[in-house]
Amino acid sequence: MLLDMAADACGERIAVSCAGQQLTYAELRRAARAAAPALAGGGFAHAAFLDTNGLAAPVALFAAAYAGVPYVPLNYRLTAPELEELLARVAPAWLVSQPQQLSRLKLPAGIVSIEAAALLAPAREPGPAEAPDLPGAVAILLFTSGTTAKPKAAVLRHDNVMSYILGSVEFGAAGEEEAALVSVPPYHIAGISAVLSSTYATRRIVMLPSFEPGEWLRLVAQERITHAFLVPTMLVRVMEHLALHPAGPFPALRAIAYGGGKMPLAVIGRALEAFPNVDFTNAYGLTETSATVCLLTPEDHRTAAASPDAAIRRRLGSVGRPLPTVELQIRDAAGAVLGAQEPGFVYVRGPQVSGEYRGLGSLLDAQGWFATQDRGWVDAEGYLFLDGRADDVIVRGGENISPGEVEEALLGHAAVADAVVVAIPSEQWGEAVAAAVVLKAGMRTDAQALQQWVRERLRSSRVPERVRFVSELPYNEMGKVLRRVVRSEMADEDA
Amino acid sequence: MRVLKPGLRLKSAVCATEVMVIRSPGTEGLVTCGGLEMLGMGDAAPAGATLDPAHAQGSLIGKRYVDATEALELLCTKGGAGSISVDGAPLSIKQAKALPSSD
Repeated sequence: MLLDMAADACGERIAVSCAGQQLTYAELRRAARAAAPALAGGGFAHAAFLDTNGLAAPVALFAAAYAGVPYVPLNYRLTAPELEELLARVAPAWLVSQPQQLSRLKLPAGIVSIEAAALLAPAREPGPAEAPDLPGAVAILLFTSGTTAKPKAAVLRHDNVMSYILGSVEFGAAGEEEAALVSVPPYHIAGISAVLSSTYATRRIVMLPSFEPGEWLRLVAQERITHAFLVPTMLVRVMEHLALHPAGPFPALRAIAYGGGKMPLAVIGRALEAFPNVDFTNAYGLTETSATVCLLTPEDHRTAAASPDAAIRRRLGSVGRPLPTVELQIRDAAGAVLGAQEPGFVYVRGPQVSGEYRGLGSLLDAQGWFATQDRGWVDAEGYLFLDGRADDVIVRGGENISPGEVEEALLGHAAVADAVVVAIPSEQWGEAVAAAVVLKAGMRTDAQALQQWVRERLRSSRVPERVRFVSELPYNEMGKVLRRVVRSEMADEDA
Repeated sequence: MRVLKPGLRLKSAVCATEVMVIRSPGTEGLVTCGGLEMLGMGDAAPAGATLDPAHAQGSLIGKRYVDATEALELLCTKGGAGSISVDGAPLSIKQAKALPSSD
């Protein structure tokens, strides 16, 4: 329906371009409709996609909708055995991929592969005129990263996804000159919502298959990009690149949205200075909530940056307030709803919130609330501040310690480039605080100095009992630090 | 008359207009376009149905149409020549919300 509306109203507009190739909305619809009959008629349970960002990603996404088959984009960075296991779970399935991906896989039974390039060939046969009207059917299945257990498959239904798009985007709102640069991968909820939002806004999408800051900046200039979404590490790398290779100005660039992880305050402060004419928006959302549930708007950023009031200035570190269609609650461990300023667990409710996993069913409570597993609190005006994941909390002698506040203290030290704080087992306390620290090039300090630094700023229970210096911290490709890896490395030192 | 549930899609009997219910109080209502009751997506148009000139201000793709209370909201998914009413009262175009792009 989204693509039909865009193609009906603005068929000749460029929908998506990548590496010199492009599709108009009419061409995108034709390609998606042409692919749909084979997908719908082949007895497939899923339409899997295993490739980098490119023109084939939106074609496969919309072909799945026209065929009424759930779309399952897979992470191309996974190992062959991991991918084979996921493919076996979604079989029988259609798999859109590339020869170099397929050549490393032993496809499980029931997987029929099709090359991404074949989706872009001219229409061979007319597809269905309309996507089937299946509001309650599964639109998208997204596998979580599964660092501790088997990956879970988050289920998003058509009505979840449509509620998000219709609640947050105005149809055809984009001017003809607007272009969005998509650098998040197609298997991430932000990569999917970028395609859907831009289609509904009829904003041209420029795909960057693999993020690299120099290439990102080059495309921003060359394609006259007006809108972009970045995860925090990407913005960090853009800022680092700009410091070494000054570029710009980028007169077309109007809006940068960021989300998908904690943005260091110093980075967003520098970005606001480097791009004074750009609107910054912080978007907080999860896969299970069909993307964004809270927004810190450009106006919020400017107000906070300019305010002499510390309570308002700190909102630069907030993820903002809920969308008009989303409700938010902070609850304590027993489930009681908390007031402003009281830290607890973040719950959200709204038609876009799925909270459902394949095989586990809906995890919404009886009133429709979803426990995000994020910790946080809201200020007097409803701005949400996040404080890590529920299971990252360090419980030391019955006291809950948030890794975030200790990390922030460590990052304030002149010699510290990066730091992560985790729990290690402790006979005395149950758990104790440990820090892995990366020093800036050419800088030196030692564990005692850092412990003293933290002691001067936080309660003594927050002082890391162990400080380990490392050359770099483990991050996943979306810029999330892998706490579990750090935890097991720190714990191994005991052995 | 039909129960107007969110997600319900209807098409005009006399023009290209199609709508989807976005928000509703869950009550019954008579949705008309161009002066005639709107049809289910699979229904055939009655023979000889014509656009009533009194209901021919047109509908615009992508616009949200609301009743006086804004409790009922329809999204126009295909524009057409007929204008949309519920229980005899013409719907009006809702002002676009200004949310910043977040993805």
